[in-house]
Amino acid sequence: MTLAALAPVHAPVIATEHDGAQPKARRIGEVILDVRNISLSFGGVKALADISFDVREHEIRAIIGPNGAGKSSLLNCINGVYQPQHGSISLRGRTFAQMNSRQVAEMGVARTFQNLALFKGMNVIDNLMSGRNLKMKSNLFAQALQLPSAQREERAHREAVERIIDFLEIQPYRKTPVGRLPYGLQKRVDLGRALAMEPQMLLLDEPMAGMNLEEKQDMCRFILDVNDEFGTTIVLIEHDMGVVMDISDRVVVLDYGKKIGDGPPAEVRNNPEVVNAYLGTVH
Amino acid sequence: MGFFLETTIGGLMTGMLYSLVALGFVLIFKASGVFNFAQGAMVLFAALAMARLSEWIPHALHLDSKLLGNLFAFAAALVLMVAVAWLVERLVLGKLVNQEGVTLLMATLGISYFMDGFGQTLFGSDIYKIDIGLPKDPIFLLESTFQGGVLVNKEDLYAAAIAAALVIVLALFFQFTPTGRALRAVADDHQAAQSIGIPLSRVWVIVWSVAGFVALVAGMIWGSKLGVQFSLAVLALKALPVVILGGLTSVPGAIVGGLVVGTGEKLSEVFIGPMIGGGIEIWFGYVVVLLVLLVRPQGLFGEKIIDRV
Repeated sequence: MTLAALAPVHAPVIATEHDGAQPKARRIGEVILDVRNISLSFGGVKALADISFDVREHEIRAIIGPNGAGKSSLLNCINGVYQPQHGSISLRGRTFAQMNSRQVAEMGVARTFQNLALFKGMNVIDNLMSGRNLKMKSNLFAQALQLPSAQREERAHREAVERIIDFLEIQPYRKTPVGRLPYGLQKRVDLGRALAMEPQMLLLDEPMAGMNLEEKQDMCRFILDVNDEFGTTIVLIEHDMGVVMDISDRVVVLDYGKKIGDGPPAEVRNNPEVVNAYLGTVH
Repeated sequence: MGFFLETTIGGLMTGMLYSLVALGFVLIFKASGVFNFAQGAMVLFAALAMARLSEWIPHALHLDSKLLGNLFAFAAALVLMVAVAWLVERLVLGKLVNQEGVTLLMATLGISYFMDGFGQTLFGSDIYKIDIGLPKDPIFLLESTFQGGVLVNKEDLYAAAIAAALVIVLALFFQFTPTGRALRAVADDHQAAQSIGIPLSRVWVIVWSVAGFVALVAGMIWGSKLGVQFSLAVLALKALPVVILGGLTSVPGAIVGGLVVGTGEKLSEVFIGPMIGGGIEIWFGYVVVLLVLLVRPQGLFGEKIIDRV
């Protein structure tokens, strides 16, 4: 089941029970994102060198690596914020030479940010509602005049947003301007705004950075639930190795802009190059 | 006392119009971080368009009704302002995405001079009249309380009502429609707004159009009060302290700021002016701003920026 398969707004976004959940391994499908030989440099700094990897439908794919390894750059390339100088990225079989964030969003890819990029002056509901921007069809005049069609649409989107708020357990803060929320909750709102887009793929840039253990556990649970219940494909960058090993299906390891490992967590953990990158080479 | 009230009311009316111009600044600054120096030029351009079109259109269509002529002229002028907004985005701002604030400021300064000149090329450079049928006769209030009562210009009252209505409509639009929400989102964070699929270019066209609409209303009211002439563009210089006083990002700030500067400069001109030789009106707003900035660097209603260190 994908999010797109749900009727746009009336079907419950959050299923209350697991409806005949299959074992997860069997749900992992075709390759939907294929990154081929991309290189990115800023002036003389090579951020990414000849990176290739793929993401399959419904899987949780982690990107790990030491600081400055190029993880965020890679995510930003997929998201269309940066344009790689070489190589290609194809999404569902369509290859793009030049893409901007907006086009990527239109193709069903949502993201969260490492350093929160929420609309700080707006409350939680408005932040999430703005995530449904692409789904709003009524035009400016219908909105300005508050025509019945526009009101209906607003209500339907509001219901969807309320379901996401319930799912993320942030009901008490619905009307609070997000700038005033504590950091852990802001991270949750950031995830909520991305979920409001009902994406097929979710790019999470360090969703657990700076969190305490309890907050991390909550966030892990949300990520797994999203993946489980909506079948959303998830690409995440994370530093906490425990978390990565626990929740991801496959892991890509970057170091100094190069790929040094790729495979299931258990395999990657035993890869000598990866161990060296993290612990330093023994001479 | 009656005279004092009269001066205050006159000041409030002027202030209302400063607020309108300031509102145009704030709208654009909020949505795109651009300090739009061309707001004054837009007021002049819109007023010129309105003045001339309300002559040309009835003439061309053989309309007798003044109301209809004015309505058509207003609509046509509005279309023109939307076209200006679109062109500004296409030819200037769209090319300067992610540039420094100073670069954008200089660009709007360029737009400002261009519109000053081009408006006069299109519409002529004489002094024109806008007659939207506002009653000119004065009314007297509180005649029983004060001797002679308080003289209020009826035209000013209508103008104030129009301005107030406009502000309320805009506030509702920004707060309660999805497009308004998208505009606020862009104002808050460009990058994040793009990532959820809000098209920056469209948002900018909308914001500049709204600012053009506000400029048109401001230009129309000023024009009908004082005639349309080049000095209208200088109005922007009066609105500058208003914007900074209110805080660059605050719509209520623009309104309160306008009223404070408007009444302040009239009262000081009338009551303090004679003591030191007059001319206070011209610099009053700037001095008030300097004083306020000493105490509140973010302006009266601006967001206080707190950086995590």
